[in-house]
Amino acid sequence: MSDRFVSRGFVGKRRGGEKANRIPPGQYLTDDFPVLSAGPTPHTSLDKWTFTIEGLVKEQATWSWLEFLELPIQKYVVDISCVTKWTHLDMSWEGVSLDALLEHVELDRKALFVTAYSDGGYTTNLPISDIINGQAFIALNYNDKPLAPEHGGPARMVVPHLYFWKSAKWVRGIRLMEKDKPGFWESAGYHNHADPWKEQRYWND
Amino acid sequence: MQNTLDWQIASVKDIKIETARVKSFTLTLANWTPHRTGQHYDIRLTAEDGYQAQRSYSIASEPERVGEIDITAERINDGEVSTYLHDVLIKGDRVEVRGPIGGYFVWEASMSQPLLLIAGGSGVVPLMSMIRHRAAAGAKNPTTLLYSSRDFEEIIYHNELDKLQAANGNLLISHTLTRSQPAGWKGYARRIDESMLQEVVHPLGRSVQVFICGPTLLVESAANALVHGGIMPNQIRTERFGPSGG
Repeated sequence: MSDRFVSRGFVGKRRGGEKANRIPPGQYLTDDFPVLSAGPTPHTSLDKWTFTIEGLVKEQATWSWLEFLELPIQKYVVDISCVTKWTHLDMSWEGVSLDALLEHVELDRKALFVTAYSDGGYTTNLPISDIINGQAFIALNYNDKPLAPEHGGPARMVVPHLYFWKSAKWVRGIRLMEKDKPGFWESAGYHNHADPWKEQRYWND
Repeated sequence: MQNTLDWQIASVKDIKIETARVKSFTLTLANWTPHRTGQHYDIRLTAEDGYQAQRSYSIASEPERVGEIDITAERINDGEVSTYLHDVLIKGDRVEVRGPIGGYFVWEASMSQPLLLIAGGSGVVPLMSMIRHRAAAGAKNPTTLLYSSRDFEEIIYHNELDKLQAANGNLLISHTLTRSQPAGWKGYARRIDESMLQEVVHPLGRSVQVFICGPTLLVESAANALVHGGIMPNQIRTERFGPSGG
């Protein structure tokens, strides 16, 4: 727009102070942890839980819950932005890096994309380049406690640099693929890549 | 789809006080697209110096109303956009919006299964769009709204819901008041629980399609109780109104 629209009488709260430069455009700061889910929260017992890396790998890898706990668990303090407009700075998680998980498989050189899939049927898609090099982890704890079911427990993939729907709750595995395949929200009008700093909220953003 | 998500300037045609903390805003849109009930619009406010704030608001009106939409917004005390809508915006003002948005928490009159709508507080807004659409389209599918409010005075759309129920034998409105009830109150007087859900689900049958919208605790407990009672998870769609809706 050449002449920018101004909302009569709007001043705004401008929360964030010196942290304002960490809040992506169109987002507001919160200390809450809002819950947004499309359906009921699944409840899978830990003795039936597994995590699998499958698809374009030489041999797929599967961990039981107890095996998963043996993996190197790291602490992450990251800023999270949800497409519903909230941003929560310095959220404290513990989990297993996707890099550490991918060390257990041999990738086909055609593998370029992943679909993360969850209990309840949720899926989300990402290029491999967005989940490696320390950019993504499977979270087991939030604020030093086991991740609550409504927040995606027992395990949630967290990809802090993308809008939070890419951080699949109740994650049970990733599938490596040659071609990109839009997931649940990506098929329903939401942006395929979802970078909050580019405000990639919806199709065509 | 291509153009529906461009920002556009809507004008405020009307403002209606619903309750002490809730108002409805009728917005006229030059680039109007019929929505699917349950969808929302984004509102973007821009200050003189370019500072912007955005929030999402559910559409309350039915898509049969051409060229305009109603949104209904609760005033959040420390909010940024809802306080502007409530305290500053007047008839004739202009406001920047884009939509309709959302592709899962949606209902259309062509979906003929029995319908159970469960609302907590201002979570009733997208469900009201469904109820109004259902009435405008003349749908006959058995439909129940189970609506939890804290107090009688906080029930949004109360008169209209009563009238719609009186005019439509297949629509049942069931209220529960969780904090206080007026003398002679005949509705429920407790938080939504499994036995209450069983009473409202039973007449609708096993094939019921469920939409739940409200605060996280209500949505979690209602959805969990329905699944526990034998409703399949894929029959239940949820949307949450957290405390930080601002």
